[in-house]
Amino acid sequence: MSTPVLELSGISKTFGAVRALDEVDLHVQEGEVVALLGDNGAGKSTLVKVIAGAHAADTGGTVAWDGRAVDISAPADAQRLGIATIYQDLALCDNLDIVANLFLGNEHLHFPGTLDEVEMERRAWELLRSLSVDIPDLRVPVASLSGGQRQIVAIARALLGKPRVVMLDEPTAALGVAQTAQVLDLIEQLRDQGLGVILISHNMADVRAVADRAAVLRLGRNAGDFPIAGTSYEEIVAAITGAADNPVARRDGRQTTGAEESR
Amino acid sequence: MSRNTPVTDPPATPEEPGARRDPRLLETAASPSGWWAAIKRNVRAGELGAAPVIIGLLLIALVFQGLNDRFLSPQNLSNLTVQIAAIGLMTTGVIVVLLLGEIDLSIGSVAGLSAAILAVTVMRHGWPEWAGIAAALGVGLLVGLFHGFVFAKIGVPAFVVTLAGLLGWQGLHLWVMSPDGTINTRSEGLIASLTQTYFVPWIGWFLVLVTLTVYLAASLATESGRRTSGLPYRPLAETLLRTGLLAVPLVVGVWILNQHNGLPLAFLIFVGAVVVLDLMLRKTRYGRMIYAVGGNAEAARRAGINTVLIRISVFGIASTLAALGGVMLVSRNIAASTTTGGGSELMMAIAAAVIGGTSLFGGRGNAYSALLGGLVLGAITSGLLLLPGVDTSVRFMITAAVLLVAVIIDAASRRGRATHARGGG
Ligand SMILES: Nc1ncnc2c1ncn2[C@@H]1O[C@H](COP(=O)(O)OP(=O)(O)OP(=O)(O)O)[C@@H](O)[C@H]1O
Ligand SMILES: [Mg+2]
Repeated sequence: MSTPVLELSGISKTFGAVRALDEVDLHVQEGEVVALLGDNGAGKSTLVKVIAGAHAADTGGTVAWDGRAVDISAPADAQRLGIATIYQDLALCDNLDIVANLFLGNEHLHFPGTLDEVEMERRAWELLRSLSVDIPDLRVPVASLSGGQRQIVAIARALLGKPRVVMLDEPTAALGVAQTAQVLDLIEQLRDQGLGVILISHNMADVRAVADRAAVLRLGRNAGDFPIAGTSYEEIVAAITGAADNPVARRDGRQTTGAEESR
Repeated sequence: MSRNTPVTDPPATPEEPGARRDPRLLETAASPSGWWAAIKRNVRAGELGAAPVIIGLLLIALVFQGLNDRFLSPQNLSNLTVQIAAIGLMTTGVIVVLLLGEIDLSIGSVAGLSAAILAVTVMRHGWPEWAGIAAALGVGLLVGLFHGFVFAKIGVPAFVVTLAGLLGWQGLHLWVMSPDGTINTRSEGLIASLTQTYFVPWIGWFLVLVTLTVYLAASLATESGRRTSGLPYRPLAETLLRTGLLAVPLVVGVWILNQHNGLPLAFLIFVGAVVVLDLMLRKTRYGRMIYAVGGNAEAARRAGINTVLIRISVFGIASTLAALGGVMLVSRNIAASTTTGGGSELMMAIAAAVIGGTSLFGGRGNAYSALLGGLVLGAITSGLLLLPGVDTSVRFMITAAVLLVAVIIDAASRRGRATHARGGG
């Protein structure tokens, strides 16, 4: 196997007395979609934020980019490497319009240092059209958009920086049927372009549709890493809910956990 | 920031039109009736812009003119523009801080400290006047950076930091001044000239011409750039109309001021600060970052914006402008005293920002609030001075009422925005 574009090992993160992540490993290859699974509070969002530089990890773990050890201590570090993040809470500025949000932190400038609004708006239209999104007016504050439109804006923003790894934290949770399909198409499109994708979702159908591999977290620890092809739905659910602690229990409980404990 | 009445070219290339225009987006016809419809739509949606303040200003002018016909005399209006300059500069500083969603309670004390430093260095230590002004502004900048550092880096709420500043810098002000209660400055020279200089008429007209030309040229360039890029753009008629609307206050203002002594330098400094700040806020990356931090600091941080640096620098700007306000106070009074900047300046500066339309909750507002709010408060002060038997007590109560009305209009328009899903603070 080739070197993973991003590889984490032994990542921990504590919030006061809460150990949100405990010696977690995760890697993603180019052109691979990894689903990061786990119950509520398992630490998925925390892991994403650590990778994105929004939270500093505790000392001890290592992050390798193209096999080289790197230090991600601020969002700018992750952006520079080529990691784009769509956060669960989207992280949009409600008071700014769509164009301003898309280019926030990466504005196009005219020579004397003023904002090149025309170029930004043109690129914004281009990008949104390539995602086949219809937003009537790019100059309205994002506070006025629907949940799905906000999601699309957040994804579009992540793609502007030409990233190599894209992390999406529950991107389809708030979307309608058509927009969910659109986001899944988009994820496949990214994979086909050779990007590494880390997808967090509670929707097993979505995961099975696009993911190549499922990495499971439980109570802040690794609880399994399965290829999607060749792993049953029940096995993954068992790992998520914790029945995977004991391989025998997993085999025994497969039929019942699948029916009773899946959410 | 929103473009009220955009149009696009009829689809020249048939394969790409629909993506640009959504059928749900209302078209605005490029005609007076189309504009009127757009105005009504905006009012209902709570996008009032500066309209309430301008209407309020006109009402105030009418009322005071009715009570005393000297109110609208060129001399009174000219004095008014000089009177509002000092607090106006402090207001511009407050506005940047408000855009961050923070507050600066120390600007009055910083203005006082700056006044004291100016007077002491120049009159007691014999510094050249320009050096005294530079020292006063420099101290202002350092004070602001210190506030910003304690707030952004150490994490003390800005309210507390600047409350400490309100006390502490007033203390330093008294200490610098002691043992004198008042230090008179020279009635001629650079400091005095700041509020005593009036420009001959042609300079006022020249500035109007330059402003309108630059505005029109920049608008035309922008709109033609949008047109060539296939973006919605304003029709020529609307650009001309907007330039015409801008010309009205400029021409009337200069015409009135020229009937007295001409355009006052003090007012020009104030308006200049407002214009520079406005361009900085709307046209530069730095300004965009300020709005972003004020709107959602966490989102700004994750977008790679150095929020600490933005916050520290904004407090630096605010205190520097407050210090400049202090210099203008010295110039106007030809003296610095232990009470300079310690009166109602702080309250008036914050009130002016809010009356002008800048939100207290961050991320919403603009530099022109300082000018509009300053004119409203200046008009009230000046109008009441012309009435016999009316003193500060009445002025405070009327100002309070206007402030409340402004906040109520803001809250109501915010509700309109919420139900019409235009968002905002
Ligand atoms: N900023 C924080 N301060 C303190 N505790 C936190 C913080 N962020 C997360 N946690 C804790 O860390 C744990 C993991 O949270 P996290 O948000 O990563 O879960 P998640 O797997 O994303 O869950 P969900 O599926 O509900 O989004 C939780 O116990 C949470 O309370
Ligand atoms: Mg989460």
